[in-house]
Amino acid sequence: MSTPQPPMPQTAAPNWQAAPGSSYPTYTSPIPVVRTHLGHALTSEWTKIRSVRSTMWTLGVFVLLVVGLGLATAALVAGNSSDGSLNNENPLSFGVFGLLLGSMCIITLGVLTTASEYGTGMIRTTMTACPSRGRVLAAKAIVFFVVAFVVTLASALLVALVDVAMLDAREPTGQEWLKGTVGISLYIALLGLLSLVVGSIIRHSAGAITIMIGLVLAPLVIALFMFAESLQDLQQALFEYSIPNQLSVFYSQSLSDSGPSGWDPLWIMLGVTAAAFAGAYGLLEKRDV
Amino acid sequence: MIEAVGLTKRYGDKTAVYNLSFQVRPGAVTGFLGPNGSGKSTTMRMILGLDNPTAGQVTIGGYPYRRLPNAPRQVGALLDAKAVHGGRAARNHLLSLAQLSGIPARRVDEVLGVVGLQDVARRRSKGFSLGMGQRLGIAAALLGDPQVLLFDEPVNGLDPEGILWVRNLMKSLAAEGRTVFVSSHLMSEMALTADHLIVIGRGQLLADMSVKDFIAANSAGFARVRTPDTEPQLREKLSSALTEAGGHVLPEQDGALRVTGLPLPRISDLAHDCDVRLWELSPHQASLEEAYMRMTQGAVDYRSTVDQKAGLMQQLPPGAQPPMPVPGQGQPGWYAPPPPEQGGQPFAAPQGQQPGPQGAYGASAAPGAGMPNPYAQTAPQAPQAAPAPAAPAQPAPPAPQSPAQPAQPPAAPATPAAPTKPEDAR
Repeated sequence: MSTPQPPMPQTAAPNWQAAPGSSYPTYTSPIPVVRTHLGHALTSEWTKIRSVRSTMWTLGVFVLLVVGLGLATAALVAGNSSDGSLNNENPLSFGVFGLLLGSMCIITLGVLTTASEYGTGMIRTTMTACPSRGRVLAAKAIVFFVVAFVVTLASALLVALVDVAMLDAREPTGQEWLKGTVGISLYIALLGLLSLVVGSIIRHSAGAITIMIGLVLAPLVIALFMFAESLQDLQQALFEYSIPNQLSVFYSQSLSDSGPSGWDPLWIMLGVTAAAFAGAYGLLEKRDV
Repeated sequence: MIEAVGLTKRYGDKTAVYNLSFQVRPGAVTGFLGPNGSGKSTTMRMILGLDNPTAGQVTIGGYPYRRLPNAPRQVGALLDAKAVHGGRAARNHLLSLAQLSGIPARRVDEVLGVVGLQDVARRRSKGFSLGMGQRLGIAAALLGDPQVLLFDEPVNGLDPEGILWVRNLMKSLAAEGRTVFVSSHLMSEMALTADHLIVIGRGQLLADMSVKDFIAANSAGFARVRTPDTEPQLREKLSSALTEAGGHVLPEQDGALRVTGLPLPRISDLAHDCDVRLWELSPHQASLEEAYMRMTQGAVDYRSTVDQKAGLMQQLPPGAQPPMPVPGQGQPGWYAPPPPEQGGQPFAAPQGQQPGPQGAYGASAAPGAGMPNPYAQTAPQAPQAAPAPAAPAQPAPPAPQSPAQPAQPPAAPATPAAPTKPEDAR
């Protein structure tokens, strides 16, 4: 008979001795038991995130958008600007269009990292293998954040270098370099992390992606149609704190002079994400999987 | 060892599980049975700490699952085969689980070999058949080489080879001293695999006893005696002799006698004493399915009915016979065979000499017929189909269970009180 023999032959002889204090025979595995910690969850989540196609697709499209749009913008601007007209411009700022569109990909990936486990039922397998749910969420957050940050930074840096080389603009200062590459990458990665956390709260991919894209676009769109005088302040705030505007703050070209400036957007996003994370953690511990 | 105490789970105003207390011991395969929606999966999820009980608690080795040190090394579970990310290759799926529990990566290849998926290890599990998915789920459960194993419907979708494999796997895991807790709807499979049964219905415990006791308590074995058809007076003679000796005799439709309360050798002796030749003297042991149906029929939530197609049927051409309904369709209680002492509805002979199509179905014949007996066909097959260790609650020739039965009142099916008493809830 071709039946594979049931127990693994290599698991050695079953251990029949009774556990102390128990009248029942117990089985002891020959595989050494190790105390698991966050590191185990991190390697596991790394395996998970690199072994699905959606990661490659979303990140691939992201890089394509950021680099492609960044270079196209730079080429267009370089071809159409007259001599000296860019002298006061920060050349890094032409990367913002690509990053704005590309952030949709990061949002999608962030949501999928958590919500797809709920969609497929994988979460039950995961939570059975690791009953400390907070550890799983933390590991997902860390792995995703690092991946998103590294990919964004690499793309943004590439675009920035090309922009500086192609355009006849002023030399960016060190602070501008830092904000235009590391700062914006941290911001995009945090936006993705917020999506991941929202995915964990909503537990539904499409729903969470819709919410996140709404969060990015809705304030601008709503503000566009606020013509009433009495709504002026609200419109202004919506413009200033909308995510596209916060992105451009990193290149010091906000839509207005008031509102967030400098590193403010990063702190805002950090606060929002931290609050959402705490909420997701609480819900995860309390809810049924 | 899994121990549930007063386990209760409510979803809104729907109580999925109510006050469930049981123990699952190591060294045996414990079957977990119940109709659809009776709370089996909810109970399994609570055992694994996925759902929080509304009241009560369930522990594994003394700890609630979520506080269990090294949980994945102590408990392995197959909850449902599709609880995987379809876009991930089988090996990566297992690898991520192994890494999460600190299990060496080579163990992944090992369990892939055990379940026979090594050739498709790098294929995405989206394309797996149900059976392959089950194998992957079983691999995940075995990954940590745990002391306690839970399987929810493990043989769903498996091929016969796989079913046999799972059956042997369960038994060998239990023989190694592990706790094996299996839910299934396949009664014949359970009869072969399980040593002990926990039966729930509508979220409440109906029975917690060994398979053998379960069958004995919920159905009766009997002896079928057939005298020569040609001499009806012999039948009467034997009937009265058996009744005199304390047996309980019921005539069957085709002329055989159903005898309870006397062991087979005694029946033979009595027949010999009164000079009656026998054409048949055979033990009949109720199957687990029969016993289960009897017990749970009052606790079935989702019951199928006949598809009436009201108003959609075309007029039958004159003279045409309406098609015979298939036995069992849309008849509540169909699956609950009457207790042997209750009615005269006979079990048909295995030879299947039925007096026309009405026989098994129409309840037309037989004096004092209670309800038609669906097991007319299936019951006699059960013993041959299930010759293995768990099933034979009775060694062939003498029918030792029989004497106990007639004493039982014609119990309404599913009287949880008596059988529920956990004979071993120490």
